Amino acid sequence: MEHHIVLSIVARILIPMIMLFALYVQFHGDYGPGGGFQAGVIFAASFILYGIIFGIENLREVIHPGFLRILAALGLLIYIGVGIIGILNGGEFLNYNLLSADPLTGQHIGIIFIELGVGITVSSTMIILFYAFARP
Amino acid sequence: MIVLYINIILLCLLIITAVAINQQGNLFATTMLTGIFSLLSASLFVCLDAVDVAFTEAAVGAGIALILFLGTLSLIKFKEKITNQISITSLSIVVITGGFLIYGLHDIPAFGQAENPVQTYLAGKYIIESGNEIGIPNLVTSVLASYRGYDTLGEITVIFTACIGVLILLGRSKDDYKGIINKERF
Repeated sequence: MEHHIVLSIVARILIPMIMLFALYVQFHGDYGPGGGFQAGVIFAASFILYGIIFGIENLREVIHPGFLRILAALGLLIYIGVGIIGILNGGEFLNYNLLSADPLTGQHIGIIFIELGVGITVSSTMIILFYAFARP
Repeated sequence: MIVLYINIILLCLLIITAVAINQQGNLFATTMLTGIFSLLSASLFVCLDAVDVAFTEAAVGAGIALILFLGTLSLIKFKEKITNQISITSLSIVVITGGFLIYGLHDIPAFGQAENPVQTYLAGKYIIESGNEIGIPNLVTSVLASYRGYDTLGEITVIFTACIGVLILLGRSKDDYKGIINKERF
């Protein structure tokens, strides 16, 4: 779709802003609406927009489908890892209170990390779904 | 009062969109109307003060799902296959299920009452104690990520499993990833 000059220029401007907004939603989820799931979907949307405007082959050079499979598993592993750290520190699975000396700081750290895991898994899954459905 | 009118208008638009989706024979138009339906639902969630849910509905329902529908559409025909016969079995199933749903409506507690079961069980505890126990301002995040951490872990596992399922069913071969597109597949 290279000949659609308006689309490609608007996409070039929009894609970084969508990514920035996704990161805002991801890390501001503790204070405002949002969180890992929404941020993951928005982040994936920027890649999908790129894929629609500039073609699947170019998107494949930007982010490799094999790499996305690793990321999808990594997000889930981060989540489970945070839970297991709770056990190693002598508490229950997913007990964030023990992640830091202060329980409230521990809760905050735990929530940020599991939301990060959620975001990574959701965004890579969404791009994998797009790859699976999009016609090459 | 103004919220009531907005709710009535949004619900009317939802019904109009649903009827339009049902009447439409062109699958491209149906897909677009589905996106509009999701956006209207998201606006309703905003009116209900469920901003997090509205956010998800707008991003997933009106965004990603629409793209996946369009991707599927590009692989099939755009016209719906019209059948003029009315199946008695399907009609009776729809009527009976609809009847049960309307009958069940009588047992649902009135909307937004303080003594509803949903308000009396754990919601009060979360609202009062999450500030001391979790210490972050967004109550929804503290419930989802901390009090209900197991549930969210389950959700992510479901998403991951769905991803594996799609890859097994629709995943491309290694040659496709190297940029050699196997055109005979389509």
